[in-house]
Amino acid sequence: MENLISRYRNVTILVIALFVQVLGLAVQVRRSTQDESTRLIRVWAVDAVTPLEKSIVWFQSSVTNVWRNYFYLRGVRQENRDLKLQIERLRIEQVRLNEDAEQARRLQALLGFKEQFISRTMAAQVIGSSGSEQSRSIYIDKGSRDGIKQDMAVITAEGVVGKVLRVFRTTSQVLLVNDQTSGVGAILEKSRLQGVLRGTPLGEVILEKVMSDETVQPGEKVVTSGGDQIFPKGLPVGTVTKVSPGSELFLNIRVKPAADLSRLEEVLVITQEEDKEPAVADSTSMRAADILAQRLPSIPDHPADDPNKPPPPTSGLKIVAAPTASGTPAAAATPKLASGNAATHNQASTTAAPANPKPHLDSSGTTNGITSSGSKPVANSTTTRKTPSPAVKPSDGSTGDAPGNAAQPSVPMPDAQSGQPGAEPKSPQEPPQ
Amino acid sequence: MHNRDSRALNRNPHRNRLNSVPITYTSNEQVEVYRFSLPAAILIPLIAVFLQAFVPLRFHFFSIFDLPLLVLIFFALARRSPIAGLLTGAAIGLLQDSLTGHPLGLYGIAKTVVGYGASSLGVKLDVENAGSRFLVTLFFYVVHEIVYFTVARGLVGLTLQWSWPRELGSALANAFLAVALFALLDRFKQRT
Repeated sequence: MENLISRYRNVTILVIALFVQVLGLAVQVRRSTQDESTRLIRVWAVDAVTPLEKSIVWFQSSVTNVWRNYFYLRGVRQENRDLKLQIERLRIEQVRLNEDAEQARRLQALLGFKEQFISRTMAAQVIGSSGSEQSRSIYIDKGSRDGIKQDMAVITAEGVVGKVLRVFRTTSQVLLVNDQTSGVGAILEKSRLQGVLRGTPLGEVILEKVMSDETVQPGEKVVTSGGDQIFPKGLPVGTVTKVSPGSELFLNIRVKPAADLSRLEEVLVITQEEDKEPAVADSTSMRAADILAQRLPSIPDHPADDPNKPPPPTSGLKIVAAPTASGTPAAAATPKLASGNAATHNQASTTAAPANPKPHLDSSGTTNGITSSGSKPVANSTTTRKTPSPAVKPSDGSTGDAPGNAAQPSVPMPDAQSGQPGAEPKSPQEPPQ
Repeated sequence: MHNRDSRALNRNPHRNRLNSVPITYTSNEQVEVYRFSLPAAILIPLIAVFLQAFVPLRFHFFSIFDLPLLVLIFFALARRSPIAGLLTGAAIGLLQDSLTGHPLGLYGIAKTVVGYGASSLGVKLDVENAGSRFLVTLFFYVVHEIVYFTVARGLVGLTLQWSWPRELGSALANAFLAVALFALLDRFKQRT
């Protein structure tokens, strides 16, 4: 027996080495990928390779920056002029888009829609790749130390790149959308057909699960649908390049990714996004009749001696303190709302709804011609899916307050005593400040 | 010894007819076994894995090469020890697996087989000349891909597409690179 083993010693060791690896592979495959913790060998490998990659990328970017910022400035003045002209054009376009956006917000508020905002992003530099044609992933220079978490979406200005697959201390692995194990919920921009975006073994991107009886034209844009709970809705994914009948009942739609996945240098990681009900500016909710009603003299039922006294029951609408983000009830919206006649109360409550802090309108029906639907609370109902933050940021990813949380312009209320409007009533046409 | 004789023959044009070195050895005494210093044995595979992960970001065509595989074949051929070859293959393969998003062991198994095979073949073949290096690399690249695809499809369930033209093209590219790379890595060899 010993002679046999010593004679076939090499083969025996080979079989043992292969058996151990196959066994380890089987264990990994059986385990759910969601529960898989990062293995130590991966940490070692990443720790061994990425510092050198980081150093080279840092050196390269430093040299490039010095060259571009201090030496290679040819054509900068012309480019500056062109950019100024472009800014002027964009400003004009922005005015039109603002009107459209405001209208969309009003409609969404009426329907109770929630908007998804990318409220915080983090820029990261690409420092390496998997080095394999069969596994399409990249490494970025931000990790758990910087607040990166698994399954965060990674994008560029052009479009979707992928999602965070594994997080290490100072680096993270990002699975690209053209990897065959990735999946992105996507929707065709015009036809609104939904599908699943997947990578192929050759590194192409296809849109699956679109029925073959649908019509899809090459050139149509594909955006994220938000159904995967990773990518916010509406991010550009790519463009349809080829449509052909696929297997079974589905079309085979080939998509060219919007982001150039083979030349990635810098990416953005979406570290925080929010579901938020759209806010409607006060100026748009004020009708001319409301303004007129405020200006007309009215007779108060009772003197406004006690601001905490509840309004008369004939109102049908009552003000209750809505809980704030910190969990404490908001202070009374305005003492003026507690007094005055019923019509004035209702109008004031309706227009003050989007303000912050806001009164929550508890309506039992129609009173004085104002329905409860017209006074739907629409502002500041924010649901944070990821890292909670007290400050709501605008959708462009920069820091700052979102429109819904910004201090809303308020229309001055008429004086409860005199019935006269405030010092400077604003016109409904005046844009919010 | 054999290597030195071959070089001497190459330098003498009158003895070119004697330069027809047999590709197979007749006895174990003709086989020259090399070893490597510890830093070289550790750093060369690490640098190969690093370059494989880094260079394709800037030069996308570089992804058709498999530098860790070439380094493994070089070490296996030079050491001519099947056990050392398979262990080196397993280590380099698992290191490469660690950087991918796939389960550990896909490259590990493929490179273990290649390391064992290359070192076993190195005992029997003259692997000092460029022609045999080219052919050996060509052969083992295809073997590596076949084992990888078999394991990936059979055990892990990945949907990979096998394309002979693509694989042979990659094998040729890797074989050409191997000839140049092996000549560079010969400098790190130490006689036993």
